[in-house]
Amino acid sequence: MSNNHHNENDHGGHPSFLAHHFSSPQQQYDAGKLGIWLFLVTEVLFFSGLFCAYAVYRFNHPEIFRYAHFFLDTTMGAINTVVLILSSLTIAWAVRAVQLNQRRLAVGMLVVTLLCAAAFMVIKYIEYTHKFHMGLTWGESFAPSAEALREVLGEAHGEVLEKPANLHLFFSIYFCMTGLHGIHVLAGIGVIIWMIVRTARGDFSSEYFGPVEYTALYWHIVDLVWIFLFPLLYLID
Amino acid sequence: MSTTNYLTCSKGWKSWFLTLDHKRIGVMYLTAVLSSFALGGLFALAVRLELFQPGQQFMDPTTYNRMFTLHGAVMVFLFIIPSIPAAFGNFVLPIMLGAQDVAFPRLNLASFYLWMAGAVFFLVSLLGGGIETGWTFYTPYSTTTADSSVVSALMGVFVLGFSSIFTGMNFIVTIHQMRPKGMTWFKMPLFLWAIYGTALIQVLATPVLGITGLLLIVERVAHIGVFDPALGGDPVLFQHFFWFYSHPAVYIMILPAMGIVSELIAAGSRKEIFGYRFIAFSSIAIAILGFLVWGHHMFTSGQSVAASVVFSALTFTVAIPSAIKVFNWLSTMYKGAIVLNTPMCYGLSFISLFGIGGLTGLFLGTLSVDIHLHDTYFIVAHFHYVMMGSTAVAFMGGLHYWWPKMFGKMYNEALARVCCLFVFIGFNLTFLPQFVLGTRGMPRRYFDYPERFQFLHQLSTIGAVMLFITFFVMFSYLLHSLVRGKPAPMNPWGANTNEWKCSSPPPFNNFDVPPPMENPYDHTNLVFDEKLGGYRAKQVINS
Repeated sequence: MSNNHHNENDHGGHPSFLAHHFSSPQQQYDAGKLGIWLFLVTEVLFFSGLFCAYAVYRFNHPEIFRYAHFFLDTTMGAINTVVLILSSLTIAWAVRAVQLNQRRLAVGMLVVTLLCAAAFMVIKYIEYTHKFHMGLTWGESFAPSAEALREVLGEAHGEVLEKPANLHLFFSIYFCMTGLHGIHVLAGIGVIIWMIVRTARGDFSSEYFGPVEYTALYWHIVDLVWIFLFPLLYLID
Repeated sequence: MSTTNYLTCSKGWKSWFLTLDHKRIGVMYLTAVLSSFALGGLFALAVRLELFQPGQQFMDPTTYNRMFTLHGAVMVFLFIIPSIPAAFGNFVLPIMLGAQDVAFPRLNLASFYLWMAGAVFFLVSLLGGGIETGWTFYTPYSTTTADSSVVSALMGVFVLGFSSIFTGMNFIVTIHQMRPKGMTWFKMPLFLWAIYGTALIQVLATPVLGITGLLLIVERVAHIGVFDPALGGDPVLFQHFFWFYSHPAVYIMILPAMGIVSELIAAGSRKEIFGYRFIAFSSIAIAILGFLVWGHHMFTSGQSVAASVVFSALTFTVAIPSAIKVFNWLSTMYKGAIVLNTPMCYGLSFISLFGIGGLTGLFLGTLSVDIHLHDTYFIVAHFHYVMMGSTAVAFMGGLHYWWPKMFGKMYNEALARVCCLFVFIGFNLTFLPQFVLGTRGMPRRYFDYPERFQFLHQLSTIGAVMLFITFFVMFSYLLHSLVRGKPAPMNPWGANTNEWKCSSPPPFNNFDVPPPMENPYDHTNLVFDEKLGGYRAKQVINS
């Protein structure tokens, strides 16, 4: 890396995408890459608080988790897992396409990613409404309906379970974790739309594709968090 | 040489409020944190005046609770945490490297506006009834106390956390990626090593505070029960979460201060810094060890004895890198040609106050002794010796050290030295008596006290008033210097780090000519020039 960026006069030679304080596209790309990785680290730590709360409560009250997980719809959760994994593939494909100057393919792949993200949110919405309807909400407001309790007995395959105390704690944790994850999906939708616009108007090329790659990295972490949430919440037992 | 500098190169409010220049953002941060310092100081003064005599003086107990809570919250979240990294770090980091700006200038500006948003949330909670939970927001106080604006204060903490994260990310990437050719890791000034260690903590610890604040907001608003024992939750879990951030945060506060002191002591001793690598690596060691000791805040909260023993042992290990720094500073001064200019006076003040603050920490880290001292004035005195006696004193040292560079003006040196002395005396008068109060059993945060404690409380209050007057005088002569001060030379203290190789104030691009990348602590080539009022290189080429 040269230090010629002190000289104001060489800005004329800079490509338009290169910010004035960087000396080369490589330096700009590397800075962005390290920046986004650090951001992902903060994201992991941000979620870690919730994972830690999950671990503490599951260790102290395994019976709550065993009983409560019967209320969750494993099929819906599984579909959502597949949808997110698919979207991770398509966004990675989009990055590859941008690097190869295949603009149309890149836009297409980003659009598929966007559709997957939207599908995830729709399924999540159906799940949430169902939970609200059944009275399966957090903390103080938790009041499962008779129908919900009957369903659990059906799921438990004849095994008679005693309803544990403080069952609502599971749903507090469930809504905090999936809710925070949902907010991240919504943020991802916003960024992906922005990337579709920028890719379509030709901002990116094999010379400059950093922002698409950074978006993809963010999307992978959103996907990855879900991959942990699904077994921890839906597949207990 | 350019005829304009970063202050004069463009005009109008937009050129400041939308600036991407790290120097202007640094100056805006400086103004902002100094205002918070003044506000937090007023709250502290109110607390001390109320405690001048037993019984009620001029505020009721609830107002008193709000005053010490706001004092703590404003000082910690709005002043100390952003103070040195965001104000001085922003200003000098790229210049010390010889770079043109930080890696992400827009993120830098965003971080400043997040700070502003956080400050607004704090003001909202101040006007909307105040908070009386203490700055630690312990549950169940924070989940059950009525008529207090805990939620907006927590929103403030959350937003300020992201401001801090963005600053930290920016600094790490800048140090990794923006070093020009020749600026190797071991040619970096020690302030940058300290800032780097700080940034690591900012990035790795602050998100946990974010999620804790968020959970507490949800707990208070929607009663989810995670922290509320009435709903089967665990209030001690909150303490673990809170201190997992807030203990490392103590090192966000002290590490940059140690970085400043390394610069002040080296420049003021006219000698190469002793043990450069040890000081550099001890910063990183402190950053790492800082993550492993949070449990020492919870010795009396019912955590298991085994955990307490481990946390106590780990706590003592932090003393090692801290002592490494102190001994290296002392060795730097040994046989140096010490110049007692204002920055050096603050450096010396730091070493003695940090010595007391650090050593009293050992009493608190000892399990059996902590049972007696826990939640007394002893702990209040201890952390004020570290937070104020060390960090705020180093901040003032940095302010006097870089002021000529930032604004191109010299302040009244004699008056500044007198003020430094009065800060030292006033500080000790305020907090030394509190060690005694604590060991005699005066609990912290109490509104009232028995008469036998009155004398010590009065000493403390007199010290606080003295500090208040001194800071008032300090800000007056600093502001006066902006208008009437002598123009500052390029290098008033004879330091060899890169920020002294550009004009005062620096040009917009930081350097007209790239600075040579040399040993930042080699002072042998610098001589004092009466005509310049500062130092210059010995050999003048082309003369």
